[in-house]
Formats: sequence, structure tokens, C-alpha cells
Amino acid sequence: MITGLLVAFVVGGAMCVLAQLVVDVGHMTAAHVMVLFVVLGAVAGGLGWYAPLVKWAGAGATVPLPGFGYTMVEGISRATKTEGVLGLLTGGLTAAAGGIKAAVLFSLGAALVFNPRA
Amino acid sequence: MPQHKDVDYLALAAKHRPPTPVWMNAVRAFGVGGTVCVIGQLVTDFFVAHGQPASKAASPTAVVMVGLGALFTGLGLYDRLVRSGGMGGSLPISGFANAMVAPAMEYRREGLVLGVGAKLFTVAGPVLAYGLGSAFVVGLVRLVVGS
Repeated sequence: MITGLLVAFVVGGAMCVLAQLVVDVGHMTAAHVMVLFVVLGAVAGGLGWYAPLVKWAGAGATVPLPGFGYTMVEGISRATKTEGVLGLLTGGLTAAAGGIKAAVLFSLGAALVFNPRA
Repeated sequence: MPQHKDVDYLALAAKHRPPTPVWMNAVRAFGVGGTVCVIGQLVTDFFVAHGQPASKAASPTAVVMVGLGALFTGLGLYDRLVRSGGMGGSLPISGFANAMVAPAMEYRREGLVLGVGAKLFTVAGPVLAYGLGSAFVVGLVRLVVGS
């Protein structure tokens, strides 16, 4: 378990370092880099590179945003196997549904309950 | 291509831009991002210990991390994490929630629909649009190549 936590720390941290370098050296905004990394996760998932990383690093690979893109690609692969071409449209959102719905619900709740502070 | 004047301006602006502490930022992003992922791993381990198969634990973990991100943004703590950790706070999925809650809270005075409702998706909208778009393209290529 300790090894698992250590690997999650190193892999997750390394991805954040990479993203930070793109921000600082590439002069991009955080939003641009978040979009970029989701897309990179989807591409890495499609190439079959991301699945082994998830297996090895667990939350170190699934918690950063590339894991979000990977989840969508995996969902589409699964859905196209059972539903054919329609799976291209249903698979991505189905796989990411939990995260997206939670994000919308919790964010809406938090935005309504809490007051902004300087 | 930038025009002549823009080139001069950009060179001038680059000269006066405060130097970015690239190494310090990288170390901080590593520490903060790594720590957030360790919390995620603890949540994953919790779900696995309670009967969730390891391959299916990522989804409930995302839900918990998003919830924590929204909660700590509401409390005003997550923005501090982002200020010190940069992408270490923003790249994890809890940072995705932060990017939704923070503008939605800030624009609440503009109303529940065009303030909160619209601003929730300032960053989440592009992330979802390009995430789903690229996943579609990747899925299509896989389907064509695989068959």
C-alpha cells in the first residue's frame, strides 16, 4: 500500500510538473493546459499507452486530467464493441458520467451555498 | 504573422516581464499535485477495500475528488492551493471542480442562469468539448483500424 501511494505521488506529481512547465515555459494559461492534457490523455489512451500507466500508478494516473480523456476513450472502445458505431456517441459521456455529473452537481451546490471571498 | 510594431512591442514586453521561477514552480507543482494524487489513491484504496474491483474504483474516486475540490473551493482553501501549487492544484480532477466553482461563485451577482449557470462552464466547457471531441476522433480511428 505504501508503494502504491509513493508511485501515485511520483507519477501524479510528475504530470503536474509537466503541466506547470508548459504554463511557465510555453506561456500558456492554466485553462489551455487543462484542455491540452485532456486531449493528450485521450490520444495516449488510443495508442494504448495510458492503460499500463493506470495499472501501475493508480490514482496517480486517473486523478490528473489526462485520466479524464483516457476514461472517455476507454468508454468509447467498450461501447463500440456492444453498440457499434453508435458507441462513438454514447461511450465517452457514459464512462465519464459519474465525474461530470458530480462536478456539475457539487459545483452548483458550492457556488450557491458559499460566498466568494477576496 | 505579427506586424512590425507588434514585434517591437512583444520584445519590449518580454524584456520587462518578471522572471518566472520555473524550478521553484515545478517543485511546488510536484509536491501539491503528488499530494492530491496520494489522497486520490487513499480514496481508491478505500473503495477497493470495501469490495469495489480495482478497475472500477476510478469513477467513484473521481466523484469524491470532485466533491472535495468543490467543497474546498467554496471554503476559499483550494484557490490558495492553486496559488502555491499552480498546475499541481489545477491538473487533478479536483482542480477541474475548482475551475467550475470559482467563477460560478464570483459571477453569482449576475444571476443564477447567466451568472452561476453559465460561468460554471468557463473552463469545464472547453475541457469537455475538446475532451469529448478528441475521444470521438480517437475512438473513430480505433474502430476503423481495428475492423
